[in-house]
Amino acid sequence: MNIFPDEVIEQIFGYVTSQRDRNALSLVCKNWHKLERCSRKSVLIGNCYSISPERVIERFPELKSLTLKGKPHFADFNLVPHGWGGFVYPWIEALAKTKVDLEKLKLKRMVVTDEGLELLARSFMNFKSLVLLSCEGFTTTGLAAIAANCRFLRELDLQENEVDDHKGQWLSCFPDCCTSLVSLNFACLKGEINLGALERLVARSPNLKSLRLNHTVPLSALQRILMQAPQLVDLGIGSFIHDPHSEVYTRLKNTIIKCKSMTSLSGFFEVLPGCLRAIYPVCMNLTALNLSYAAGIHCRELIKLIRRCGKLQRLWIMDCIGDYGLGVVASTCKDLQELRVFPSVLIGLNGPAGVSEKGLVAISMGCTKLHSLLYFCQQMTNAALITVAKNCPNCIRFRLCILDPTKPDPDTLQPLDEGFGAIVQSCKQLRRLSLSGQLTDRVFLYIGVYAEQLEMLSIAFAGQSDKGMMYVLNGCKKLRKLEIRDSPFGDPALLTDMGKYETMRSLWMSSCDVTIGACKALAEKMRRLNVEIFNENEKVDCSVDGGQKVQKMYLYRTLAGRRNDAPEHVWIL
Amino acid sequence: MSPPAVVTEEDGLSKVSSTVASGSSQSLDCFSQNGAGLKERNYLGLSDCSSVDSCASTVPVLCVEKKENMNLKATELRLGLPGSQSPERDPDLFSLSLAKLDEKPLFPLVPTKDGICLSSQKTVVSGNKRGFADTMDGFSQGKFTGNTGMNAMLSPRPSGAQPSAMKEMPSKLQERPCSDNNGTGHNHTGASISGSAPASKAQVVGWPPIRSFRKNSMATTSNKNNDEVDGKPGVGALFVKVSMDGAPYLRKVDLRSYTTYQELSSALEKMFSCFTLGQCGSHGAPGREMLSESKLRDLLHGSEYVLTYEDKDGDWMLVGDVPWEMFTDTCKRLKIMKGSDAIGLAPRAMEKSKSRS
Repeated sequence: MNIFPDEVIEQIFGYVTSQRDRNALSLVCKNWHKLERCSRKSVLIGNCYSISPERVIERFPELKSLTLKGKPHFADFNLVPHGWGGFVYPWIEALAKTKVDLEKLKLKRMVVTDEGLELLARSFMNFKSLVLLSCEGFTTTGLAAIAANCRFLRELDLQENEVDDHKGQWLSCFPDCCTSLVSLNFACLKGEINLGALERLVARSPNLKSLRLNHTVPLSALQRILMQAPQLVDLGIGSFIHDPHSEVYTRLKNTIIKCKSMTSLSGFFEVLPGCLRAIYPVCMNLTALNLSYAAGIHCRELIKLIRRCGKLQRLWIMDCIGDYGLGVVASTCKDLQELRVFPSVLIGLNGPAGVSEKGLVAISMGCTKLHSLLYFCQQMTNAALITVAKNCPNCIRFRLCILDPTKPDPDTLQPLDEGFGAIVQSCKQLRRLSLSGQLTDRVFLYIGVYAEQLEMLSIAFAGQSDKGMMYVLNGCKKLRKLEIRDSPFGDPALLTDMGKYETMRSLWMSSCDVTIGACKALAEKMRRLNVEIFNENEKVDCSVDGGQKVQKMYLYRTLAGRRNDAPEHVWIL
Repeated sequence: MSPPAVVTEEDGLSKVSSTVASGSSQSLDCFSQNGAGLKERNYLGLSDCSSVDSCASTVPVLCVEKKENMNLKATELRLGLPGSQSPERDPDLFSLSLAKLDEKPLFPLVPTKDGICLSSQKTVVSGNKRGFADTMDGFSQGKFTGNTGMNAMLSPRPSGAQPSAMKEMPSKLQERPCSDNNGTGHNHTGASISGSAPASKAQVVGWPPIRSFRKNSMATTSNKNNDEVDGKPGVGALFVKVSMDGAPYLRKVDLRSYTTYQELSSALEKMFSCFTLGQCGSHGAPGREMLSESKLRDLLHGSEYVLTYEDKDGDWMLVGDVPWEMFTDTCKRLKIMKGSDAIGLAPRAMEKSKSRS
């Protein structure tokens, strides 16, 4: 395939950015493989244990941006014992040793240490962007190292990380010559920051587009910051408490009016009723609104606010908005593409008691562009799901969580098989699905038959027999991640198609009926899978009878062999 | 999946009996039949629903009126909100295609939080494309022959006694092996609703599936922010002042003595007999936005009065905008304004409907 000279092919490859497309290019012929790998700038490793860092660097020497994911998804819900793994240090170390000119590092569910951050900061002269999602293990000392050493830092984005806050002066560590910041997000930090340092940093960052503050930044500081940065596109408000009749508040209102580019708002960790009016002027331009942490906003204020946000595309809220409020969303936000409704039940908020199927039906009727949904609700009916399926055939991600996980359709007392069946049949592009409610094997039959594009499936408290899991494994050709908890799937299902797991990234099964013997057999047969078994912090007894059921099992395909950083209570077969 | 057949009330009877007869088998027929019954659900707003009004008053498949004929009382399972008839359950019952909803009014006349879903339930009955914009229909309950209790029940909010009833049903009905493993899963209430004891929250590890970061953050912020407690419904009187433009006197009304906008409107009409309420007037028109459309036209001529209220945030709103309960919780005072003065208060919903039509 040497029709064009290599330079031309490389040029063409430059326009191909999606990783999947580039993977496809590299399979065409040896030459293309070589050209592709030498020009690849950005790599995503979906499971940090699937391959060694050295091999990645060897294949992609021009690597500039690396994304790594560590722990399995269910780690988010405390199902993975502490210390399981996902350490990023070996990767940083390996990268630092080579001549890789790393510019961007994005990590999800990994353990990051201050040492790692310090090494990162010192090793890469052109480092520009650090994004940490749901990570843990580091402190503000590590952040200080990044701030101090990365002279061209453009992005420091910390989302929902567990950070040990030493309340240090990490923000002051940004040198005066650092003027390149485009995005700064420290909303997840718990401690106070040096407000003066923050204001000065903002003042000398003319390119700053995204700023998300933590809850310790008061409204008065916000006002001063916005004066310096009216060009902000994305703002995360920390504390929004002030007397609505005070001068500070009035000044804030006048300052916000000048923020004509603002399209995304979030935060509001502390809010007083009556304060929200200050942001009304920017509402009509908002395309993204995240109020999922704003426990202080009452339902009716929320509704008044949303009535003004006609251009919203992404909305994250709490279920205190109620079904009525969702109706307002449906009639106001005609461009809505992504909706997440989180439960406020955890905090015992007063107000409308959550949302039900009615809210979802209303949304489906009003928001025809909806493609991503995460919905925590009190109940769901088959009829509602059938309606939603009909109204939103373009749905790509559909995650439904009924707070009572085995609740049937309250009207008919039937399982929700038919409803979810309608979803998978109608939403032909569905890539991600989470089920809940009372479900039999039948729903899995539907999924296996209809969910042709499905890549990730989350199952909890569902199914009746091994057949359920088998339907899925046999049917969903594009399945990459399967995670199951508390469902009656056992050895026959696990062992029915062992080769399937090499086509997938990973399989998680916890509190199911899988036995140690079966896991051993699987690990024995499939050498390119790591099969890990763990209980909650107790060492698994390796001598135990093979018929004993396994509490938690996580298996994934790998080219790196057994990992050697697992703690004692994780048994790798 | 076979297309569900439409089940009318009469047919539902026979279908019901056959599903009962099929016993505990979870045959596909069982599901699709019930799926068939489900098609009658009025909030689907399906145009091919044979009769909107019959849909409204019918509880699909679960023909309560016929239960005596069927003599299924012995097998019926009823769900009720606390304070209503407690559910009778045959513990040996395995086939539970039937749930009889208690006809006793489960939606007490005193406004509860259920009212919010009630209104939304009603709006869709009218066949509007927009599910919820139409809150007014929810308040004109007299329009429907259906049982208010029924409709409230269609969107039951689990609280108090109900969750335990719901919990036990799955383990009885379905032979689900995993229910053994997950006894704990059935212990928790689905939600701590209306401030019910947090102690009864989920005892299942990792459920509901919320990131621990989010859980922890919410736990700490909730104490600071949980300052606004909605007025407890049904307790005491709630007097608000009512003033009228140009009138020499103002009056006071007790919002708790009404349960719907219609009642409030009639009462005010009597009190201030020289005006017409802008929105709570006629109920012929099904859509609230249509009502407002014509009223708006009238308003522009300045010949009508509209009823407005000031809410807790100090905003002036048109009465009828939000569900009744939310209105009573937030209304500080009422004002009868000249239509021409109230134009600026037109809610977004109205503007949007105008731009769409």
